[in-house]
Amino acid sequence: MSIFVNKNTRLLVQGITGREGQFHTRQCVEYGTNVVAGVTPGKGGQKMDEIPVFDTVKSAVQSTGANASLIFVPPPFGADAIMEAADAGVDLIVAITEGIPVLDMLRVKNFLATKKCRLIGPNCPGIITPGECKIGIMPGKIHMAGGPVGVVSRSGTLTYEVVDQLTKQGLGQTTCIGIGGDPVNGTNFIDVLKAFEDDPDTKGVVMVGEIGGNAEEDAADFIKKYMTKPVVGFIAGLTAPPGRRMGHAGAIISGSSGTGQAKIEAMKRNGIHVCENLGEIGDISKSVFK
Amino acid sequence: MKIHEYQAKELFRKYGVPVPEGKVAFSKDEAQIVADGLGGYPVVVKAQIHAGGRGKGGGVKLAASREETATLANQILGMTLVTHQTGPAGKEVKKILVEAGQKIARELYLSILVDRQTAKIVIMASQEGGMDIEEVAARTPEKIIKVYVDPLCGIQAYHIGDLTFGLEIPAEARKPFAGMIRALYTLFVANDCSLVEINPLILTVDNMVLALDAKVDIDSNAMFRHKDLLEYRDLDEEDPQEVEASKYNLNYINLDGNVGNIVNGAGLAMATMDIIKNAGAKPANFMDVGGGATAEMVENALRIILMDQKVKAILINIFGGILRCDVFAEGIVQAAKKTGINIPVVVRMEGTNVETGKKILAESGLNLISAVDLKDAATKVAAAI
Repeated sequence: MSIFVNKNTRLLVQGITGREGQFHTRQCVEYGTNVVAGVTPGKGGQKMDEIPVFDTVKSAVQSTGANASLIFVPPPFGADAIMEAADAGVDLIVAITEGIPVLDMLRVKNFLATKKCRLIGPNCPGIITPGECKIGIMPGKIHMAGGPVGVVSRSGTLTYEVVDQLTKQGLGQTTCIGIGGDPVNGTNFIDVLKAFEDDPDTKGVVMVGEIGGNAEEDAADFIKKYMTKPVVGFIAGLTAPPGRRMGHAGAIISGSSGTGQAKIEAMKRNGIHVCENLGEIGDISKSVFK
Repeated sequence: MKIHEYQAKELFRKYGVPVPEGKVAFSKDEAQIVADGLGGYPVVVKAQIHAGGRGKGGGVKLAASREETATLANQILGMTLVTHQTGPAGKEVKKILVEAGQKIARELYLSILVDRQTAKIVIMASQEGGMDIEEVAARTPEKIIKVYVDPLCGIQAYHIGDLTFGLEIPAEARKPFAGMIRALYTLFVANDCSLVEINPLILTVDNMVLALDAKVDIDSNAMFRHKDLLEYRDLDEEDPQEVEASKYNLNYINLDGNVGNIVNGAGLAMATMDIIKNAGAKPANFMDVGGGATAEMVENALRIILMDQKVKAILINIFGGILRCDVFAEGIVQAAKKTGINIPVVVRMEGTNVETGKKILAESGLNLISAVDLKDAATKVAAAI
């Protein structure tokens, strides 16, 4: 078992003919993901490798029955691409695009509230169920199929580091999700934690947060109230100065809000196994999940 | 992107948000000319830097005469202003805003920003204007009014009602106040602001509403549709190394430690800074070369870090996913040959093509310290200082 994606997922790629779109589509196909369509307006009728390209998401969904979309379009068109996929009835939208203006994401988020689909990202590495389906830009081979650990993170390469340490400890993963580093995103920590709690194969969760906002504090409250499975937590950015955007648009301490210290305290208070040194997250997970 | 108060007030005027009469000046003579045009004294002389707390730091003064305007302009221009937001080094003042003095009846607080949790635009207001709003929020949260606006519907009359009655705006001032809020909301959305803050927003003795101060931050991700606002960028207010890094799409922030670091990915870069501190040293910077870094970007990253005299050792931490370790290693070798590194460099690489990457570094003849994992890397770099 896994959450959100599995071997039955039928993927379409928006922006498939671009440089990144092509490269990562091939990586996903190589991993075993069932990529059924691509979309690039004006290039309908062409093919990317053996994958048919359509002008619109709606026509791609009608012709191929795609139920998930992976988005690589440039930031000015990111919001439009997400809304187009949602309107076409796609169940799961994974937006890799970094740099979508926050006011665009506000409109998208409020628009999606009326739809049934799930958005992961933007500004994220995507989602992978090892051994079954990879929708995103993460290196596939660092993962280990079969569980028992679920991973959720606001970051990209930091997630790879964590997954790599888990794999080296012999701890496989059910599903790994990067929810993205933007201040306003689709799926949040709580959505993922809820799904991991309900997934019988996931025995424990590693949650990787960073400075900025209150998502980790909210998640810690949720874990205390509703989760029976153990959670290992890590927060990046304890040495970050206030008022500066640390790469991710969402990673900023505003006044006294969003500090790493407050997040770590909230995690400890709520029974999460906090890892304070990234070099030890594999060891700690091993001792907690064994 | 941060802009100056005088630029924010320019935007305010454009959208019909009332502000005191005034203009920016770069010298004492210009300050006097501006003051002459304001129709009387006192006038206010305000330092223009990208930081709050200017009043407390001595950067905002009242001038009662033409002579005093010149004296104060001389005093403030060229001074190094230290506030709680500038850091101990402070910032040099290169321009001042000269404005007509006002007869203040009440000082209020108003700001507009994005609320991450609810995905709404929130308007915050308080009758405790002129104070540090964080302090007000901590001490007396009941004194802060918050109005949440759905970005799809925009601002409604009842939102303005909540603010008007919450702030006890007198009947005579309600219409101009409502106009001001609508104008500010329009400005916020039209310019992709991440923050509009007025502290204080004043009611004058004759019931006028005026933005006495103005702070506007623009979402850097939205600059592609605001080319007109690019001219507001003031490179003097930015760290020269950060300006240089931004030319190469490198995410760089200069800090005060002594261990330079180069990392791919923002989260991993933050975690690397933290692990340096755990090992007993202090990070000199945040440097994210991104997932798609080229050899040229890596070379520039190293060059920029070496510009910083405080840096006594460098930790390079790469988790190759999209960025392949061999590409990265080539960048390091090129950069090292051009810049002639003379401080210890610890390299930790993992991921795609790591074996080739390690081989390139080993055969380069460079004096690099290689680390097996993150912990090892941090310990080695801390020991190398």
